[in-house]
Amino acid sequence: MRKTISLELNGEQHTKNIDIRLSLLELLREEGLTSVKHGCGVGECGACTVLVNNTPIDSCMYLAVWADGKTIRTTEGEVKEGEVSQVQQAYIDAGAVQCGYCTPGFIMTSTAFVEKYKGQSVDRELIRKEHAGNLCRCTGYETIICAIESCLKD
Amino acid sequence: MFNIEKYNKVKSVSEAVSLLEKNPQAKLIAGGTDVLIRLREGEEEYTELIDIHELAELMNIEKKQNGDVYIGSAVTFSQLMEDKIIKDCVPVLAQAAGTLGGPQVRNVATIGGNLCNGAISADSAAALFVLDAVLEIEGIKGTRETPVREFYLGPGKVVLEQGDVLKAVIIKQENYTGFGANYYKYAMRNAMDIATIGCAATCKLDGEKVAELKIAFTVAAPKPMRAQTAEDAARGKQVTAENIEAIAALVLEDLNPRDSWRASKNFRLHIIQTLAQRVITAAIEDSGVRQ
Repeated sequence: MRKTISLELNGEQHTKNIDIRLSLLELLREEGLTSVKHGCGVGECGACTVLVNNTPIDSCMYLAVWADGKTIRTTEGEVKEGEVSQVQQAYIDAGAVQCGYCTPGFIMTSTAFVEKYKGQSVDRELIRKEHAGNLCRCTGYETIICAIESCLKD
Repeated sequence: MFNIEKYNKVKSVSEAVSLLEKNPQAKLIAGGTDVLIRLREGEEEYTELIDIHELAELMNIEKKQNGDVYIGSAVTFSQLMEDKIIKDCVPVLAQAAGTLGGPQVRNVATIGGNLCNGAISADSAAALFVLDAVLEIEGIKGTRETPVREFYLGPGKVVLEQGDVLKAVIIKQENYTGFGANYYKYAMRNAMDIATIGCAATCKLDGEKVAELKIAFTVAAPKPMRAQTAEDAARGKQVTAENIEAIAALVLEDLNPRDSWRASKNFRLHIIQTLAQRVITAAIEDSGVRQ
């Protein structure tokens, strides 16, 4: 069974006729947005995190048809005119990337977090809690938290 | 790709009810954080879906004129955590909501799904039990109200029949006004985990005495349970450390935890007693604050 959906994908309007059995993860990867990673497939690891209407969700367990009428953001769209976003630059500067598999998902969670808490006083406990849905087996999280903190300051 | 064989997106609860009746194999999907995992695991019973994802009539939180708090079944856990009515009237539910999964899951998982899948570890269940929540269910024969304490039948089993849709969770004004409350989820990790034991309590004081105590547990029996014996014993007791200990000791009368790979029965018994004391004490402290 197929359905036609309209969505804004990284700032561009798209209308697609899709198989209703697709996850949003599969749709995005078919569109070439391969920053969106298939990790655990059950909502534990957050490697597939994207923003739906600016809210982080696990795209592996989100039906693609639910994206109808929504805006979807992935890390590809955070690069504007060749410039990486503040959050992306902070991850680079803090060395918050090792193998890189979890990074796109983390960046999207952090992007939503920074947009929500910018200018507010935020402790590390809140950063950890709000990033608990993203797992990283390389960094030990310290550099990731430093990157997020640096975005909140300025 | 999910193995979905039949799919219908509905525009209203009544449409969902009639489709469920006509398709005896069909199941509802709302947030999808349980159903889609089961589909991926190849469970055949989820291949016919009726989609109520973000159905507008199920998404609101309202305080009725009589003070009752009305929560649509498709309200997400993130909404529960942040909604002003929930935080003002039943903060224990916001507290419990914050313990479920991680942020991405809380952004889509619904209170209705948490109850309807019948999990004995449901993170909203203990709080809803002590708030004596009432469930509004629309079915083939019309709408009915079922107390949450009568909703569970056993692990993964609830009273819903084919054609039933849980519409709302209602918390009556008399069950939160004047009550202090607390919830504690004990799990191996502080986030992204299933409860080993969950415990919630509400308490109303009469001076230095307990006027009313309600205490409920998850994963402590084949379904979420109130510890009635302890509740009865608490009524009229002076608030002292010895009395709280004695009341907490009685919770086991109504519970029957199991051995599982997550924790042994003996460990669960120990956690139950420890949490009972901790949560009753915190609920009493909170009732002082909220009076």
